[in-house]
Amino acid sequence: MTGEEAPTPRDVAVVAFAQTEHRRSTEESSEVEMLMPVLHEVLARTGLKAADIGFTCSGSSDYLAGRAFSFTLALDGVGAWPPISESHVEADGAWALYEAWTKLLTTDADTALVYSYGTSSSGSIRDVLTRQLDPYYLAPLWPDAVALAALQAQALVDAGDTDETALAAVGARSRADATANPHAQLTGNVPQGDYVVRPLRTGDCPPVSDGAAAVILAAGERARELCERPAWIRGIDHRIEAHALGVRDLTDSPSARLAAEHAGAFERPVDTAELHAPFSSQEVILRKALRLDGSVRVNPSGGALAANPVMAAGLIRIGEAAARIHSGESDRALAHATSGPCLQQNLVAVLEGDPR
Amino acid sequence: MPEVLKAPLVVAFPFTRSLGPVQSAFLTGLRERVVLGVRTTDGRTLVPPVEYDPVTAEEIGELVEVAPTGTVTTWAWNPAPRRGQPLATPFAWVLVRLDGADTALLHALDAPGPHSVHTGMRVRVRWARERTGAITDIACFEPHEGGPGRPTGHSGAFGNPLTAIVTPARLDYTYTPGRAQSAYINALSERRTVGERCPSCHKVYVPPRGACPTCGLATAERVEVGPRGTVTTFCIVNIKAKNLDIEVPYVYAHIALDGADLALHARIGGIPYDQVRMGLRVEPVWTEDARYPDHYRPSGEPDADYETYRELL
Ligand SMILES: [Zn+2]
Repeated sequence: MTGEEAPTPRDVAVVAFAQTEHRRSTEESSEVEMLMPVLHEVLARTGLKAADIGFTCSGSSDYLAGRAFSFTLALDGVGAWPPISESHVEADGAWALYEAWTKLLTTDADTALVYSYGTSSSGSIRDVLTRQLDPYYLAPLWPDAVALAALQAQALVDAGDTDETALAAVGARSRADATANPHAQLTGNVPQGDYVVRPLRTGDCPPVSDGAAAVILAAGERARELCERPAWIRGIDHRIEAHALGVRDLTDSPSARLAAEHAGAFERPVDTAELHAPFSSQEVILRKALRLDGSVRVNPSGGALAANPVMAAGLIRIGEAAARIHSGESDRALAHATSGPCLQQNLVAVLEGDPR
Repeated sequence: MPEVLKAPLVVAFPFTRSLGPVQSAFLTGLRERVVLGVRTTDGRTLVPPVEYDPVTAEEIGELVEVAPTGTVTTWAWNPAPRRGQPLATPFAWVLVRLDGADTALLHALDAPGPHSVHTGMRVRVRWARERTGAITDIACFEPHEGGPGRPTGHSGAFGNPLTAIVTPARLDYTYTPGRAQSAYINALSERRTVGERCPSCHKVYVPPRGACPTCGLATAERVEVGPRGTVTTFCIVNIKAKNLDIEVPYVYAHIALDGADLALHARIGGIPYDQVRMGLRVEPVWTEDARYPDHYRPSGEPDADYETYRELL
């Protein structure tokens, strides 16, 4: 340390959010055709044109559509000629937002467009997700995402942290809340159904969804110009746990807790939490790890149990949390995104509105 | 609206992966019916073993044999096995802590039903009849009464260790080209070529992808282009591709179809390869039942003026 004071980092806010109506299939449109209306909508909310955006970052995965470099085609939707400052993460858009946030902190740009999309309907998402596993010891066994979540759920039941009735209630509450969300895919009274992989039933698992989302970030005064009540990002952090499932305590999420701590989530209470918990059992784990008690409104959007467009579902959590700050329904919100089996990777962002 | 086009798309990839010393010992061990773990500096035994301590990231490599028996730490009943999974009949996914290990291994348990499985139950390895040095050399686990099985006393050094494994994978997709490309493909079936015009810059894109990459807008207006066009640039191919019955040398060219603002590429025929030139006017040649022109040949018109296609280079 030189003793010089570090400059105060500039404030960055989510100023606009848009998403598709998530559906089981979007086979009538290509990815860019599905994405374009969302890009136009999010730009229209700020009055910005594509050419005004300082940095663009996207999140998607080639494994969803089964095509190499599929994000390059989606780039047509943002008007990438003449050349723009652009980046892509082969991950959920929440991680693209993290990259854009750091870009804005460096003062290289004042505004950023973050978008992500995925078409789970193109293949069999349960099989596709096995390809993200350790290729030596796990992937050759083809354990699918539901199977791995079910192992975690059983560990949770054995630990006395939940039971099947409590899990069913998580799904029921999510889909009841989703009735107020015009973008949700599954709403209202959805049958709990048969076991997919025991102890998880259909109602504990996310729908197979296609969809896209987009967010605009802006720094400092620019944010106030573009949005009446910006959702200031007070902190973001993401953490990962050991690759091998048998090394981890599956009933806990130390990486989510650590990310939340570094994002400043525990400094003051939050009133809202948008959790990316594709399985009901994962909400139980996250509530505990993130210290969310009954006073916090969890997943008012319905969460990933109501719509789970893979690669966009995490960015949507940040967008939903921000939208509630924009509308004045929340003053301080926590947004969470996950990736990998059994909550392996976790990102936490803390968003605040200006005091009223 | 015409029917949505779709077609099966299979992606298969046989990755060859090299093994580090610990992975090599573990997988070679499975081939020889020996289960090896690795010891961390704080004395824990990890099975399956890794080359780096998951907590400290320190390199580790001390091999320890563990028993082929163990205890289920958690489980999940799979009523409908999927392709590639260890058993074709309903089974339990299990994490098993083998006797002598401190961490658990994921695999399948062959059991008659969910009511015969519980956390804490004792299980043992069922070896695959044919073993190659892969995690699938453990066919699955099966219920086991009693205490730890007997290790073989193996040191972990093998005469003929594996250095790499092949991990084949196959994923099945349904390819759907979307609105713009479906229109393009449907028109081709009538031997027509359609592009789409940007409502803002008025450029006609062919094949259309549904968006103008300059304006970021949907290209909604359908425009028929061609059938004739102009060679904007070309190359001479001298190497024969596998399974291709075209004689070399031949010419591959960018062709700006009349009315299009983006060049397509196609083979040029009907003219000696060394007489193809920029500005050459060409027309498509269709063969029976073809879904796209087999090649383009000179149309007999005078060459196009450079100024008419310089923007498309
Ligand atoms: Zn245009």
